[in-house]
Amino acid sequence: MGNRCAVIGVGQTHYTTKRRDVSMAGLVREAALRALEDAELTFRDIDAVVIGKAPDLFEGVMMPEAYLADALGAAGKPVTRVHTAGSVGGSTALVGASLIQGGVHDRVLVVAYEKQSESNATWALSTHLPFTASLVVGAGGYFAPHIREYVRRSGAPAHIGALVAVKDRRNALKNPYAHLRIPGIDRAMVESTPMLWEPIRYLETCPSSDGACALVLASERAATGRPAWVHGTAMRSEPIFRAGRDTVNPRAGQDCAADVYRQAGITDPRREIDVAEVYVPFSWYEPMWLENLGFADLTEGWKLTESGATALDGDIPWNASGGVLSSNPIGASGLIRFAEAALQVRGLAGEHQVAGARTALGHAYGGGAQFFAMWIVGADKP
Amino acid sequence: MPSDLSARHILEFPGGYTRTTGPVIGRFLTELRDGRIVGVRTADGRTLVPPLEYDPHTGDPVTGEYVQVGPAGTVAEWTWVTAPRAAHPLDRPFAWAMIRLDGADTALVHAVDTGHPKAIRAGLRVWPRWRAERVGQITDIECFVPEVTMIVSPVRTEYTVTPGRALTRFLEGVRDGILLGGRCATCDKVYLPYRISCPECGSPIEEERQVSDTGTVTTFAINNLPDPRAPEVPFVSAYILLDGADTPMIALVGGVPAHEVRQGMRVRAVWVPEAERTLSMTNITWFAPTGEPDAELEA
Amino acid sequence: MRAVAVAAFAQTVHTGHDTGLSEPELLLPVLAEVRAKSGLRAFGFTCSGSCDYLAGAPFSFVSALDALGAWPPISESHVEMDAAFALYEAWVRLQHGDVDSALVYGFGKSSLGDLREIMTLQLDPYYLAPLGLDQLSYAGLQAAALGADRAELDAIVRRCRADGRRNPYALDLPDPTEQDDGHAAPITDGAAAVVLVAGDLLREYPRLAYLTGIAHRIEPHYLGMRDLARSPSAADAATAAGVGKGRVDVAELHTQFSHEELILREALGLPPDTLINPSGGPLAANPVMATGLIRVGEAAQRILDGTAGRAVAHATGGPCLQQNLVAVLSEEA
Repeated sequence: MGNRCAVIGVGQTHYTTKRRDVSMAGLVREAALRALEDAELTFRDIDAVVIGKAPDLFEGVMMPEAYLADALGAAGKPVTRVHTAGSVGGSTALVGASLIQGGVHDRVLVVAYEKQSESNATWALSTHLPFTASLVVGAGGYFAPHIREYVRRSGAPAHIGALVAVKDRRNALKNPYAHLRIPGIDRAMVESTPMLWEPIRYLETCPSSDGACALVLASERAATGRPAWVHGTAMRSEPIFRAGRDTVNPRAGQDCAADVYRQAGITDPRREIDVAEVYVPFSWYEPMWLENLGFADLTEGWKLTESGATALDGDIPWNASGGVLSSNPIGASGLIRFAEAALQVRGLAGEHQVAGARTALGHAYGGGAQFFAMWIVGADKP
Repeated sequence: MPSDLSARHILEFPGGYTRTTGPVIGRFLTELRDGRIVGVRTADGRTLVPPLEYDPHTGDPVTGEYVQVGPAGTVAEWTWVTAPRAAHPLDRPFAWAMIRLDGADTALVHAVDTGHPKAIRAGLRVWPRWRAERVGQITDIECFVPEVTMIVSPVRTEYTVTPGRALTRFLEGVRDGILLGGRCATCDKVYLPYRISCPECGSPIEEERQVSDTGTVTTFAINNLPDPRAPEVPFVSAYILLDGADTPMIALVGGVPAHEVRQGMRVRAVWVPEAERTLSMTNITWFAPTGEPDAELEA
Repeated sequence: MRAVAVAAFAQTVHTGHDTGLSEPELLLPVLAEVRAKSGLRAFGFTCSGSCDYLAGAPFSFVSALDALGAWPPISESHVEMDAAFALYEAWVRLQHGDVDSALVYGFGKSSLGDLREIMTLQLDPYYLAPLGLDQLSYAGLQAAALGADRAELDAIVRRCRADGRRNPYALDLPDPTEQDDGHAAPITDGAAAVVLVAGDLLREYPRLAYLTGIAHRIEPHYLGMRDLARSPSAADAATAAGVGKGRVDVAELHTQFSHEELILREALGLPPDTLINPSGGPLAANPVMATGLIRVGEAAQRILDGTAGRAVAHATGGPCLQQNLVAVLSEEA
């Protein structure tokens, strides 16, 4: 809603286990400068900077936007730091877009990053206060029971998770920025890896990455080049401890999708969306989110995956970039989904371009599957 | 309702964060390790010390030109520390100062050891006191000292935390061998553990309601990664909906091989002996099967 | 820009120690109060500010969502900044025109840890944090750069503490002494919330505090690369918010140290007759992450209760006033 907003620049770092060659500032600058180059702009042209990342415990720098502001050319400008758990990358794009949609600025730089190698993701995510410590070990330990419940409800065969793991890693081979590159990956290889949090196998989980992603957003009058136009933006959050909360098919995800589809005039996402970049950190979340986002009926999502519809050559490709399963700098992972959606409708996705993509969904979620951020971008002006 | 429950809580990534420096900070720290201080030139000819990868005012990259500065400099501003903290570079009173090193256009923040506050002033010329063992950290300069007279980055924060009013009430129940929920009168739902407001409607929860220590496993994970809180690998962490509660609790399931745990399995809390109970969830060792027939699960 | 106004403000009775309430428990009555005052139960947008390192664990904002009763799911976001910056985000969201109300809240318990050392963690992780430079020390450097007169600073502390004693929400602090000079804001636990309204909702309230201008700016981080005695970012934000376009009856400034009042008074261009921090300001109560939002709330409250016609609120972030937000509130749109 509000004024028109376009993505006119996208920049990414290469994602890898440990970026030994850069400082934190160097990492975010790499993505930011690539986004500016794509937009044919410099820091001087930017009105405001929005920075997103997941918990500060990852790098042990509290509210690092203070330290990073001048690295992003923000001296003399407004800087905002977003943190909404795993959905933060998506929320960061939406906070940036909001500045344009609200008519406050014409050009906004949005940057999200994580340098997970400075510490350890499981430590940073599982550190609890005394008295409240639960028996959840990392994100996998949290999400595994919900995946088990999905399998029970849907009757999905056990190999669906492996199919997604293979598909996304094959897509990653076509994405020069992707972290996990496993030539020759197949179902047998995935199924030969150990169960970490049954029913989640090792190769059905996302990696831990260093990396940053940046977007340059512009108002209609400042839009240049081949823009991706924002057709809808939505965030939804729900309380984690509500009685009767459906953790398999969260209402916040359904409502968020309904809101963003309404804004974009989409009534049948399966037919009207050409490509989707959806936050799938554990492979089983593809069929779960296919249902939650209305691409398939309840309990039918796995059939869409099994049919190959979500493959790069399917009728509704999901995560052509390789997705979170292939690259996961947590705080940036959501923004990468939003950025890849924009690249697709700009026709700039390179080897993993979906031919003729004109409408794309970017999606992120976080917390106990309770925070959601989504946008729809299109090649045409809304 | 003061409670005696309080605990020391330490947030510390074991071993310290491993910070990669990038080329510019890395160059500075490498020179520092060798006993030299360098700055970097900006496009408009200023010398930044310590060097950044960018001009802090414009965001433009700096030039690749490094210049040796100092090692002496002049104190601009300073502030005296009478009681040094553990993390400070010196364990006796000292000054923090902004030091303009010779040849630099910016000031370096560092400690100055003058022994006495009367010995420091703006304009004082100071020199670095180098550590004998240098590793490439800003603290390779132990401090600055008046003229002629002479990184792994640990992050640790410490807290004293209390459980909050609702959790304290719940843990008091656990100490006495009961599980206390709270019933939202508006939604007619029983929340476990007890809490003082309803997550759905936001209303205050006034009614305490004891729930059973038997319940149904709604779903679970079999964890194959070891954890200090679990007795062995694999262990089962389960969502257990206790009879009389409307929200599940996450707990260990024990007394049964991991692969025999089922969704719908009926379980009961296994309490530690009464004499060993404290204000803690560790009073419940785990939940073990009751042997009843499995409960029906929602479709 | 679209007219946006503060319809309601509430804060906890702040304490200098841990009262045994968790952050969501602190927040609960404050949320109930702004709901009652505004007559609104649900909001078009919700935004909050809090800090994991203050709370001692990741995701400090998650349990606050449960205090809110966020059902059906709400449109919501969070900044790891003082909640005044969450208010800015909400103001931007209201500019879109499709929603007419927003809830903003912030909370913090600085009693849990050593605030002075926790604040070290927001410094440059290569050059400053390894030195262990703490909050009192870097504020000391700024005070030295300013070179303020000690008697003038003492007078500021005395005034703020006296005003704080008259404010039922602030701490009850005695006149400063040698041992307790009061130049640093006290350790405080607390929470605050504000309701913003726009569009048709503006007609529902007999009196509102209109946000006629709001802006924020940041400046370079490293302390040796800026002039600590001045605050160009606060000055720029004040110009953008339109502070100078009219009289200023009251200014609520986020002064965590007494010398910051002098820097900010000059940067904001406040007239000599402006009443500064009549609430006592942060020197009388400083629930970190809510303190800046409380400045907006206190300024708005004076418009709402008719004791001021035009007021300025200021909030800050980063070391030594690195980042500054300025808002202008007025009885007229």
